[in-house]
Amino acid sequence: MKFRSVFDIIGPVMIGPSSSHTAGAARIGRVARNLFDREPKWAHISFYGSFAKTYKGHGTDVAIVGGLLDFDTFDKRIKESLEIARKKKMKITFREEEAVPEHPNTAKITVGDDDGELELVGISIGGGKIEIVELNGFKLRLSGHNPAILVVHDDRFGAIANVSNILAKHQINIGQMEVSRKEKGQMALMTIEVDQNLEDHVIAEITALPNITQVARIVD
Amino acid sequence: MFRNVAELVELAESKQKKISTLMIEQEMEVTGKSREEIIRQMGVNLDVMEQAVEKGLQGVRSVSGLTGGDAVLLQNYIKSGNSLSGELLLDAVSKAVATNEVNAAMGTICATPTAGSAGVVPGTLFALQNKLKPSREQKIEFLFTAGAFGFVVANNASISGAAGGCQAEVGSASGMAAAAIVEMAGGTPAQSAEAMAITLKNMLGLVCDPVAGLVEVPCVKRNAMGAANAMVAADMALAGITSRIPCDEVIDAMYKIGQTMPSALRETAQGGLAATPTGRELEAKIFGLPLNKK
Repeated sequence: MKFRSVFDIIGPVMIGPSSSHTAGAARIGRVARNLFDREPKWAHISFYGSFAKTYKGHGTDVAIVGGLLDFDTFDKRIKESLEIARKKKMKITFREEEAVPEHPNTAKITVGDDDGELELVGISIGGGKIEIVELNGFKLRLSGHNPAILVVHDDRFGAIANVSNILAKHQINIGQMEVSRKEKGQMALMTIEVDQNLEDHVIAEITALPNITQVARIVD
Repeated sequence: MFRNVAELVELAESKQKKISTLMIEQEMEVTGKSREEIIRQMGVNLDVMEQAVEKGLQGVRSVSGLTGGDAVLLQNYIKSGNSLSGELLLDAVSKAVATNEVNAAMGTICATPTAGSAGVVPGTLFALQNKLKPSREQKIEFLFTAGAFGFVVANNASISGAAGGCQAEVGSASGMAAAAIVEMAGGTPAQSAEAMAITLKNMLGLVCDPVAGLVEVPCVKRNAMGAANAMVAADMALAGITSRIPCDEVIDAMYKIGQTMPSALRETAQGGLAATPTGRELEAKIFGLPLNKK
């Protein structure tokens, strides 16, 4: 079941005009912002499929930048996000890609500053619901049927056990889990699918663990 | 947990519960939230819908200038007393239009199930309040019933115009509204399913062809007709008319039609009304782009 909650259907409350192309886009941008964990200095945004053809009309560009500015789907500032980004000297470029994506509403976002960068690919599957399908070149093999979080961490012993201990403490069952890393001892990733939605305080508890860099909901 | 309409109706009949009740109970199970919290959250959505209708009835205009003001025209016409298709029906149409005009003007709305189809469910709900005099609780139940049917469509077919065309958006919204109208009017769960089937059958094949890629033309008027479709289908189901094709099979047909729909007709502004001479002319005027820009 891709849609689990009645509020995926009746909701979200949002600024128009399109749930997939505006609200969904804002959510993809906001995940990038949360994973980057600070306001980026620049962003390259590539649109594919229907996003590429109609982003101007739907305000997809405005919404995704709104997300990068940490605005939620109903934040009225979304309308002025390009102007707000300009004032903050955030440098933004858009590209309309010709490549045919697996999903018609696909966006690739690369954000960065002097200290680092991050790239993710998100899809907007309808009614404002999104999935993150790729992060920093790692393909995230999620079923999309369960809530999922992404944990970016340092590749150290005990990091995985600590995260699963917290989930166990809150009686949250792990349905599927994948760990990957680029190099031994460097940045590593956990993608965890769970059976229940995770409350904010659980996410906060995981974030506070040693060696954990960022935690973000990627499917909820 | 219900996976399709047949299971939903069966569950409602065997447990002697309303569909809205089943949806609330499932939400409690999935999210672990209390009944009060879930109802409160839906109440917030109801308030957003009501404010959007009110705003649209005062008259709004989109940035492009393509849409706005039609909800007001229709309300004035209703007041003239000369309407042909009935005041209640036109009130629903006008309130659906009001919501989508606010959406097109980048106002605040609640996606039901999407933003482009956000007018149908609130349009019918707020038109019925004069006739059926629902309590606030019943209005919230209306949204849970609509949500239950939308939940089935979203999981078994699609609610995305880019994936399945307008039939997946306004089609789904209209089916959801029809089912909820039946429950509010005192019909049975089975009649709700019939109303959804009858509505959706009349939306099959509807393409997503927004002019200039804007959620305006023809989206606003599709919501108008979606609301009318839902009201009439609900009346048909309440009269005892059934659909020869069961609701789940209609949903499945909608899914398969969406899959065979060419990309030009799935929210790419490449075909249909978007590709008409006037559609292209409007696109060029709004974005200053050459005609037939790929």
